Amino acid sequence: MLYVVIVFLGLSLLAYALLGGADFGAGIIEIFSGKVTKKTITHAIAPVWEANHMWLILMVVILFVGFPLIYAQMSLYLHIPLLVLLVGIILRGTAFTFRHYDAVIDKSQDHYTFIFKLSSVIAPLFLGVITGAMILGNINPNPASFYEGFIDPWLNSFCFMLGIFTCCLFAFLAAVYLIGEAESILIRNRFLKFARNANIATVLSGGLVFVFAEANGLSLARMFLNSPGALTAVILATLSLPILWWSLVQGKVVLPRILAGFQTMMVLGAWFWDQYPAVLRYSNGDYLSLFNSAAPEATMRQLALALLVGSLLILPALFFLMRTFKGSTFTEDAE
Amino acid sequence: MEDLLAARLQMAVSLGFHIIFACIGMAMPFFMAISGYKYLKSGKEVYKDLTKAWSIGVAIFFAVGAVSGTALSFELGLLWPTFMEHAGPIFGMPFSWEGTAFFIEAIALGLFLYGWDRLHPWVHWGSGVVVGISGVASGIFVVAANAWMNAPAGFDWIDGQAHNVDPVAAMFNEAWFSQALHMTIAAFVATGFAVSGLHALLLLKDKNNLFHRKALRISLTVGAIAAILQPLSGDISAKDVAERQPLKLAAMEALFETSQPADFIIGGIPDEEAKQVNYAIHIPKLLSFLAHGDFNAEVQGLDAFPEEHPPVLITHIAFQIMIFCGMLMAAIGLLFLLFNWRWKHLLDRPWFLWMITLAMPLGFIAVEAGWTVTEVGRQPWIIYGIMRTEDAVSPMPGLDVTFYIFTGLYLMLSFILVWLMRRQIMTLSDKYSSARIHQPRGNN
Repeated sequence: MLYVVIVFLGLSLLAYALLGGADFGAGIIEIFSGKVTKKTITHAIAPVWEANHMWLILMVVILFVGFPLIYAQMSLYLHIPLLVLLVGIILRGTAFTFRHYDAVIDKSQDHYTFIFKLSSVIAPLFLGVITGAMILGNINPNPASFYEGFIDPWLNSFCFMLGIFTCCLFAFLAAVYLIGEAESILIRNRFLKFARNANIATVLSGGLVFVFAEANGLSLARMFLNSPGALTAVILATLSLPILWWSLVQGKVVLPRILAGFQTMMVLGAWFWDQYPAVLRYSNGDYLSLFNSAAPEATMRQLALALLVGSLLILPALFFLMRTFKGSTFTEDAE
Repeated sequence: MEDLLAARLQMAVSLGFHIIFACIGMAMPFFMAISGYKYLKSGKEVYKDLTKAWSIGVAIFFAVGAVSGTALSFELGLLWPTFMEHAGPIFGMPFSWEGTAFFIEAIALGLFLYGWDRLHPWVHWGSGVVVGISGVASGIFVVAANAWMNAPAGFDWIDGQAHNVDPVAAMFNEAWFSQALHMTIAAFVATGFAVSGLHALLLLKDKNNLFHRKALRISLTVGAIAAILQPLSGDISAKDVAERQPLKLAAMEALFETSQPADFIIGGIPDEEAKQVNYAIHIPKLLSFLAHGDFNAEVQGLDAFPEEHPPVLITHIAFQIMIFCGMLMAAIGLLFLLFNWRWKHLLDRPWFLWMITLAMPLGFIAVEAGWTVTEVGRQPWIIYGIMRTEDAVSPMPGLDVTFYIFTGLYLMLSFILVWLMRRQIMTLSDKYSSARIHQPRGNN
């Protein structure tokens, strides 16, 4: 049953990155493209963002029910970045909703938009920072000071580079998805151009993650070279890039989305294989894994059951939602 | 500020904030569904307009509820990591079901809000009903988890570790039913009276407005029925607490000495030093009856528990506020249901509309007070009899900063929400033609 739960945890993470991540990415795109894309973005996100956001809640629940030690230790040592992430999540969701539903359209729209854009960067940035802090191995189980215990694990160039990489990746995903949602050729070209730039930024920041890892005493590159799975994932992601670009230039809509999703999956896969089985690393070399911190079997059985039954209810409903509002995605290539 | 106090206050602020949105998320979809049903059956535009206007309110409140709920799922760990490390695997089962229910709710809400022109009318209506059912289900699951903190079950606690974990037994703990029932009805009472109050106020300002009159009729009918049922569920809760947490009952009633029979104390200010309640009204033997169904039964007082007990002042006053608001709403509900039956013009009488307007906040005051009773009344325990709140708090210094950030954020959101709702109401008659129609009374 442990494996069933792990699969669901992985799927939730993937779904959150692909769907929830893209919602953040759309906010990042708006920073650069401004009012031109506002309508398309609002239209694309509004019916689905709350459902997309649920994947995060599912992940948190799986963590605290199934892997309580990981959840508790993360919450303790990464309290501050988690807090910032939460503030980002709260502001993004509320600013977006207020902007969309405010009955009077006036100057307040600019304030909502400002908060929406800002929080669309804060949340993914800190998702990356938190991920970085979990693998960097700076978490000290016996901290001598407040700084050592609660700041040092995450306040470093590696964590923030991973945060920037996350922002770039989400923005790239969003741009690729939005190409099919654009109402005019002008806006479509905007997204296309943005996808290209975000793609370059993702690759560059991805490279810098390795550089900054070395600077922070984590030989991520060597770990990758020693992990055939991680290496394969990175190679596959890279190989699929030219196909993605070819299909975008050809005006395809579905294939690029699948490929961008595939690349994100490979990035997450690389991270997983590289770290396997560790999830949270301490400065003394110990680590928490999904195996050494798992809840008792009785809990895992119930959790797996809830997830299996839950997915029987959720997945058809989710498919119906997506088909209703993202119909073109499933039926035809635009243009 | 002391870290433990800061953590407790933050939890109080976060739950107190989230619970309003949770209640609205549980009850409001059913109001929409009733109005939507009337529209589909009668074809009257006013019901369609009402459904749409309400659904925008739901959309705004749901979004705030969703993100503040997300915050809570993290805050449990940020503030109480030791608690979650031990409790997570035991009481997590309702949370995993709640995740499913909440997910379905979010999907169905997306379909309902944006599916007006894309779905078959009855499928669309059905998605609204699903929002309500899954909203109520998630509320019940969360309350079941909270009930476990009051009535821990499904594990053996040996040397500070849980053994023989049984998540099913934990979920169906002794308190889950009475708490879930009381909370679910409370959501309908609170939302019903809040919505009614708003529409009553608007009716006072704009007499005979068709839109507001229809709205008031639906929300007040639901609110009134729920308000009349609530004392019955309160009685189940009281007997359950008397059985399971006699200490909490003693604090609620500020019963300092074990008594046989015990008086029911109304109002008053408990003085913990002097162990007496000043300025209170005593009703002989009533507490014995309410707690044990026997006018001469013994009720344990605070003196039966020489160790620590919950803060009597807060628990007692919160309990009194809840009872007072609940009784007032039950009376108003009864008045409405009885007289509206024969006297169709009740909804046009200014005095009645004023009364409903003034009763607007009562339901939510009762909800907040009720949660204060159950949470403060459990102190000093986070898991009753097993783990102390002070042993569960995060060892990270400076939790007061976290508290100030969240409090500031929620205050800001509350102000914006009130402002947004005002703007929604101001533009109602621009958006909906039925909000411009005036019909003389009697045409309900």
